Amino acid sequence: MLGKLSWAAIPFDQPIPMAASLFIVVGVLSVLGLVTWKGWWPYLWREWLTTVDHKRIGVMYVLLALVLLLRGFMDAIMMRTQLAIAAGGAQGYLPPEHYDQIFSAHGTIMIFFMAMPFMVGLMNFVVPLQLGVRDVAFPVLNAVSFWLTASGALLVNISLVVGEFARTGWLAYPPLSELAFSPGVGVDYYLWALQISGIGTLLAGINMVTTILKLRAPGMTYMRMPVFCWTALASSMLIVAAFPVLTATFGMLLLDRYVGMHFFTNDGGGNFMMYINLIWIWGHPEVYILALPAFGIFSEVIATFSGKALFGYRSMVMATLAICVLSFLVWLHHFFTMGAGANVNAIFGIASMIIAIPTGVKLFNWLFTLYRGRIRFEVPVLWAIGFMVTFAIGGMTGVLQAVPPADFVLHNSLFLVAHFHNVIIGSVVFGAMAGYYYWFPKAFGFTLHRGLGVVSFWCWFVGFYLAFMPLYAVGLLGMTRRMQHYADLSWQPYLIVAEGGAVVILCGILATIAQLVVSIRTRASRRDLTGDPWEGRTLEWSTSSPPPAYNFAVLPKVDSLDAFWAMKQRGLRVAAERYQAIEVPRNSANGFVTAFFAVVTGFAMIWHIWWMAILGLACAVVTLLVFGWVERVEGEVSGEQLAEAERARLRSMEPA
Amino acid sequence: MQGGDEQPSTASDQAPGVGENEAAGSFATYTAGLAFALLLTGASFLVSQTHLLWAPGVSAGLVVLAIAQMGVHLVFFLHIGTGSDNTNNVLALAFGVLIVTLVLSGSLWIMANLNANMISPSATMEMQR
Amino acid sequence: MSAHAGTAELAGSIPMVPMTTARSGGGPAPVRIVVAYGFWIFLLSDIILFSALFAAYAVLSGQTAGGPSGHDLFGLRHVGVETLCLLLSSYACGLGVLSIERRHLRGFYLSFALTFVLGATFLGLEITEFAGMTARGAGPSRSAFLSAFFSLVGLHGAHVTAGLLWLSFMVAQTVVKGPRDFVRRRLLCFSLFWHALDIIWVALLTLVYLMGAR
Repeated sequence: MLGKLSWAAIPFDQPIPMAASLFIVVGVLSVLGLVTWKGWWPYLWREWLTTVDHKRIGVMYVLLALVLLLRGFMDAIMMRTQLAIAAGGAQGYLPPEHYDQIFSAHGTIMIFFMAMPFMVGLMNFVVPLQLGVRDVAFPVLNAVSFWLTASGALLVNISLVVGEFARTGWLAYPPLSELAFSPGVGVDYYLWALQISGIGTLLAGINMVTTILKLRAPGMTYMRMPVFCWTALASSMLIVAAFPVLTATFGMLLLDRYVGMHFFTNDGGGNFMMYINLIWIWGHPEVYILALPAFGIFSEVIATFSGKALFGYRSMVMATLAICVLSFLVWLHHFFTMGAGANVNAIFGIASMIIAIPTGVKLFNWLFTLYRGRIRFEVPVLWAIGFMVTFAIGGMTGVLQAVPPADFVLHNSLFLVAHFHNVIIGSVVFGAMAGYYYWFPKAFGFTLHRGLGVVSFWCWFVGFYLAFMPLYAVGLLGMTRRMQHYADLSWQPYLIVAEGGAVVILCGILATIAQLVVSIRTRASRRDLTGDPWEGRTLEWSTSSPPPAYNFAVLPKVDSLDAFWAMKQRGLRVAAERYQAIEVPRNSANGFVTAFFAVVTGFAMIWHIWWMAILGLACAVVTLLVFGWVERVEGEVSGEQLAEAERARLRSMEPA
Repeated sequence: MQGGDEQPSTASDQAPGVGENEAAGSFATYTAGLAFALLLTGASFLVSQTHLLWAPGVSAGLVVLAIAQMGVHLVFFLHIGTGSDNTNNVLALAFGVLIVTLVLSGSLWIMANLNANMISPSATMEMQR
Repeated sequence: MSAHAGTAELAGSIPMVPMTTARSGGGPAPVRIVVAYGFWIFLLSDIILFSALFAAYAVLSGQTAGGPSGHDLFGLRHVGVETLCLLLSSYACGLGVLSIERRHLRGFYLSFALTFVLGATFLGLEITEFAGMTARGAGPSRSAFLSAFFSLVGLHGAHVTAGLLWLSFMVAQTVVKGPRDFVRRRLLCFSLFWHALDIIWVALLTLVYLMGAR
C-alpha cells in the first residue's frame, strides 16, 4: 500500500539527523503557523505563489538560494568540524554512513539549489529590465520553472526527515549508485529531485534564450545589449545544450535501478565509464552556466562604480561566446586518471588550458575599466576586487591540474577540492553577493546597510582563505577527498585552521542575515526615491524602485550602448506625451499546482508507492491540459493609469 | 525623450515552420519533400541490404543518405532556409548540430580509448569468480 | 507576454513590411514568432536529449552479454512499414497546417485524422515489436545493447504517444474554439514537434535498424 515507506524511515535512532529533522520541521511549521495566524495566505497566494512577474519570480529564486545556502553551509561546517577532530585514532562524531550523506548533500544542494537558483534568479530579475521590455518571453513557463526547482529542493530536504540521502557524492557515480550497491532510497531521492528541478532549469534556459534573442527594446541591436545580457544568453544557451544530457544520463541510471536495465551495471555488458563520460559532458558546461552570469554581474558593477564604460565591450562579447563554445570541449579533464590514453588526455588537457585565455581577456578588461576611473568603493566593488584576486588564484590551480601528469597526483585530493571551491566561491558566491547588494534597492525600494555589507565581505574573504588555502597544502601532502577520518596527525593543524576559516565564513553569513534584518528595520531612512542609487548605466535604473509590474510604461528607444547613461548625458528621460493601454499578464496557479504534483510523484517513485506515482503523474498531466484549455484573459492597464503612475514617479524623483 | 514606439516591427524575421508566407509553405513544397524523402528512404533500405557495395562504404552511404533525409525534412517541412530573416533559426540549428556532433563523436572516441586501455567491467566480474 | 499594445492581434497573414536597417534592433518580435522560436529551441534541446541516448547506444551496441544482437532481432520489412507510416503522417500534418492557415476546416480535420491514424499505426507496430522481443527473452534487462535499444527507440515512441495525446487535445480545442490565433500557434508548434520526431526516426532507422541488421 505504501511501498517501501514505513516508520523506520524516520531516523529515531540517530541523534544528529533527528535533531536536524526536528529543527527543520519545527522551523517550517512555525513559518506556516505564523503566516496562518497573521492571515497572510490570500496575500501570499495572490502576490507570490501565483505570480508570473519575472521580478517576483527572481526574488523567490534568490530567497530559495539564500535558505539553501544555510542548509548547505550547515553540512560544510559539520564536515570541517569532523575533520578537525578525527585525526589519528579518533573517530569524530559523525559515523561514515552519515558523513557520506553529508558531503553528498552539501555538493548537491550548493550546486543545484543554491548557486543555480541564485544566478537564474538574478538573470530573471535583471534581464528583461536591462533589455527594456516588460517580461520574459513565456511568463507562465517562468513560474513553472521556479516551482519545479523549489520542488527538487523540497524533496532533498524531505530526505533528511524521511529516509536517507545518497552516499555517493554529488554526482552519484555507478556502480556505487546502482541498485546492487545502493539499495536504499538515498540515490532515488537524489535522482528524482534533480530530474524534476532539471526540467525547471531547462525550461528557464529556453525562456531566457528566446527573451534575449527575440524581445528587446526598439533600437537595441545585439551590440547595444548590456554585457550581463550577453552572459545571460551564453549561460542560457549552455543550459539548453547541457541539461538534456543530464536528464538522459539520470534517466538511464533510473532505468537501471527501477527496471533492471544494464547501462552502467557491472554485469550484462554495462559500462560505468559511459555514465562518467556523459555526466561530465553536462558537468563542465554547468560550471560555466554558473560562472558566466557572475562575470556579467562584475562587468556591470565595475563599469558603474568606476564611472566609465566597460573597457573592450566587443572583446568581452567575443570572450563570452568563446567560453560558451570551449566549455563543451574540455570535459575529459574531470577523469584524466580513469583509463584514457595519452593522446586523448593531451588533447583535452590543452583544450582546458586554452579556455583560460578568454577568461584572461575578461580579467584584463575589468582591470582596464577600473584604471583611471573614479572608483567608488561601494560593497559590490569590494566583492569584485575580491573576486578578481580569488578567481585568478583558483584559475591558476585549475590550469595546473589541466596538465595530465600533475592531475595524476592531484586528482580527487583536497587540492582538487580547494581548487573548485576557490573558483566557484570566488566567482559565483562573490558575484551573487555583489549582485544581491547591487540590485536589492531596485527590487525593494531601499538600499542595504553598507557597514554590515563590508563586514560580511571581509568575513567571507578572510574566512575563504583560512578555510581553503590549508586544503591546497594538505592535498599536496596526500590527503584525499571525502575522508571521514585520517591517520596522519601532521594533517590536523591544517584542518583546524580550515575549521577556523569556516567559522569566519559563518560570521559573514550571519552578517548578511543581520544586514537584511537591520535594513528592513531602518528602511524608511534609506529609501531609493530616484530609482538610480548607484548612477547606473543600463536601463533597469531608469525605472522606479521597485518598478511597476509592467516595467516600462513605454518601451525605451535605444540608440547606443549603456542606453540609460546616454539618456542621462543628453538630459532625457523615458516618458511620453500620450500613453497607450498595455497588456499585463494575469497570475496563474499552473506553476504551483504542477510542482505540487511533481513532489507527490517524485516522493511516490522514491518509495515505490506505484499507485500514488501514477496518480501524481496523471494529475500533473491533467493540470497541464486544464490550464492549456482555458484561454488566458490578460489584464490591462489603461493609458490614464499609466499617465498617473508616470507622473507620480517623476514627482518622486524631483529633489526634495 | 519620446517613449519607444509601441508598434512592434513584424517581418524582420521568421520562425521555423511559419506557414503563411508564400515562399515558406505550399502544397507543392510539402509534396516535393515527401517525394524526395520517399526516394532517399528507399535508397537507404537498398544500400543497407545490397551486396554490391564495399562494406565500409555502406556505412558511409547510409550516413550520407540519413543526413540528406534530415535536410529534406528541415527544408521542405520545417522551412529552414538561408534567407536573412532565418538567421536566428539557422544559427540555433547549427549550435544544436555542433553539440550533437561533440556528444556523439566525443563519447565514441573516449569510450573506444577507454575500452582499449582498460579491462571491461564484465570481464572484471568474470575474473572475480 | 504581449508585444501588441492594445491593438487586436493580427489575424491571418503578416503584412510584408520592409526590413529595418538595424535588423536586430526592430523591437520585440510578434507573439507568433516568439512562440515558434521558443518551441524550436525546445526541440533542439530534445534532440540533444536523444543524442545522449544515441551515444549510449553507439557505445553499448556491441555489448550483447551473450544474448541476441540486432542482426538476430530486427525485421526490416516491419521497420519499412513503420517508416512509411511516420513519413506519411508527417506529410499529412504539414497539409493540415496549410489547411488551417487557409481556414479550410474540413481539410484540416481530414489531414489531422490521417496524421493520428498513421501515427497510431506506427505506435502499434512498435509495441508489437517490443512485445515480441521481450517474449523471446530479448527484453531490456537482457543486456546493455538491449537496454540501450529499448530506451532509445522507446523514448521516441513515448514522444509519439505524447504527440498523439497533444494532437487529440488540439483537434478538440479547434472544434470548440475555432481557428483562433492561440490555437493556430499551438498547431504550428505541434507540427514542428511532429516533423522533428520524423527527423529523429530517420536517425534511428539508419543507425539502429539498417546498420544493426547487417
